[in-house]
Amino acid sequence: MGKLATIVEFDRVGLRYGTGAEVLRDLDFRLAAGGFYFLTGPSGAGKTSLLKLLYLAQRPTRGRIQLFGDELTDAPREALPPYRRRIGIVFQDFRLIRHLSAFDNVALPLRIAGKPEAEVESSVREMLAWVGLADRASARPPTLSGGEQQRVAIARAVIARPELLVADEPTGNVDAEMAKRILHLLTALNRLGTTIIVATHDISLITATPGAQMIRLDNGAMVDPTGSLKNPPAQMGRADA
Amino acid sequence: MLDWVRATPAERRLLPGGRMQGPTPWVIAIMMFVMVVIAAAGLSLANAAGVVSRGVENRYSVQVANGAARAPAAEAALRNAPGVAAVRPVPETEMRKTLERWLGPEGAKADLPLPALIDVDLKPGVSPQAIATKVEAAVPGARFVAHSATLKPMLRAIHSLTWVAFAIVLMIALATAAAVVLAARSALAANRPTIEVMHGVGATDDQVARLFQRRIAIDSLNGGAAGALAAGVVLLVIAGGRAAWVEDVAGGPLLTFLDLVALALLPLLGTLLATLVARIAVLRALREAL
Ligand SMILES: Nc1ncnc2c1ncn2[C@@H]1O[C@H](COP(=O)(O)OP(=O)(O)OP(=O)(O)O)[C@@H](O)[C@H]1O
Ligand SMILES: [Mg+2]
Repeated sequence: MGKLATIVEFDRVGLRYGTGAEVLRDLDFRLAAGGFYFLTGPSGAGKTSLLKLLYLAQRPTRGRIQLFGDELTDAPREALPPYRRRIGIVFQDFRLIRHLSAFDNVALPLRIAGKPEAEVESSVREMLAWVGLADRASARPPTLSGGEQQRVAIARAVIARPELLVADEPTGNVDAEMAKRILHLLTALNRLGTTIIVATHDISLITATPGAQMIRLDNGAMVDPTGSLKNPPAQMGRADA
Repeated sequence: MLDWVRATPAERRLLPGGRMQGPTPWVIAIMMFVMVVIAAAGLSLANAAGVVSRGVENRYSVQVANGAARAPAAEAALRNAPGVAAVRPVPETEMRKTLERWLGPEGAKADLPLPALIDVDLKPGVSPQAIATKVEAAVPGARFVAHSATLKPMLRAIHSLTWVAFAIVLMIALATAAAVVLAARSALAANRPTIEVMHGVGATDDQVARLFQRRIAIDSLNGGAAGALAAGVVLLVIAGGRAAWVEDVAGGPLLTFLDLVALALLPLLGTLLATLVARIAVLRALREAL
């Protein structure tokens, strides 16, 4: 399959919470490794739910999901942590650990992966500098502004150099200037080979990212006028750049 | 072996709050205090019963009713019988003194008729039946009584009490385990957001469980040591006041060195149990989420 391997494959996936109606229906698509994707749609369309399936916080109620070429639909839960370590997540509500410093929050994925503390130290310092928070390393999340918290969340998501980065409204709490910087950060990561999928309402982000693909969700179903996601074209994404 | 409760400083920071927080260490301290005191009581009872029954194993007495006249004949028969180790007629003054203790001055009066009483020690392995037959033939109406038979009801009562004590210790251990399960669950609930993030970035259940089992291990080691220490002080005070009396009655110390070691191991065993129970509770709870 070469450089443009499929990193995510959904096969007629449906999701319902409990006994409610399906919030995702018949999702049928593939994402190419190294691609940059935007996920859009009105509030309540199911964007966060789709991302939860992607980052393995939720199992589909029907259909099949493959990640990194492996069938994970019915994988036992003990098998999931190694896959989760290959995925970075920026939660819509950040989910920073309140009682830990910004440094410790960003360091968490490295420490969970068992990296030596010396390596953790230098990587985290570098990453905090990259998101412009070098001087806030010891601050706790409640003392950070919304935009600062968002950047800590992004730093934590990318610190372990994930193969797949899932970001839910990563620019929801920042001004246009910071949104541009975050987008820069994401495209830089994408250039390094990380597949990126960003849920957003912000059309300006999408237009500012040439080469990105768009997945539109409405009422739990995909609105895919071009059908291009079904068979990603070779020039899509940056894996071959 | 300590691997499963070890944690780096960074891991320690993941669960907020320091040691001795919340009621868990106190609950464990109280449970451990009661456990050690009751276990010590149970062990002393068992030891006392052993000492007493060993002491009277080969001891018998011969009672001769109205016996001032016939006692010498019984005594002679005993001395001639093979297998008798010692014969000691109990002097009348001694008996009267004992009676006085129970009945008051009335018991010392000479006109209260007393049987003659002869203590007999048999050599180990000698059949008491043969001796009894001999004595009863020499002095019709003499009664040959084993001390152990007299003490049997008391020894049986002591045995039951010993078992009751150990059953109580076991029940307290179970109650403590239940308290630990509750503590583990509430700690999980209080740290739910942290656990979700940890899982999100690829933590295994084992990595999460370690944090909690370590916390519970520290709490129960602290609580258990405090409780056991307090129990030790109380036992020392009790024993200190009565040591002489206790040794007199029992013919030896009531707790052996091994008993003390076993008691000292209780807090360690308690910690192991609590840690294991906490681990199981946490792993089960984690399995409910994806
Ligand atoms: N845990 C849950 N339990 C039950 N229903 C849920 C749950 N999470 C989401 N839903 C429902 O699923 C639907 C899709 O929600 P989702 O959060 O995926 O939408 P979204 O596209 O991310 O919206 P937004 O743009 O507002 O973030 C909504 O109708 C929501 O009410
Ligand atoms: Mg959402």
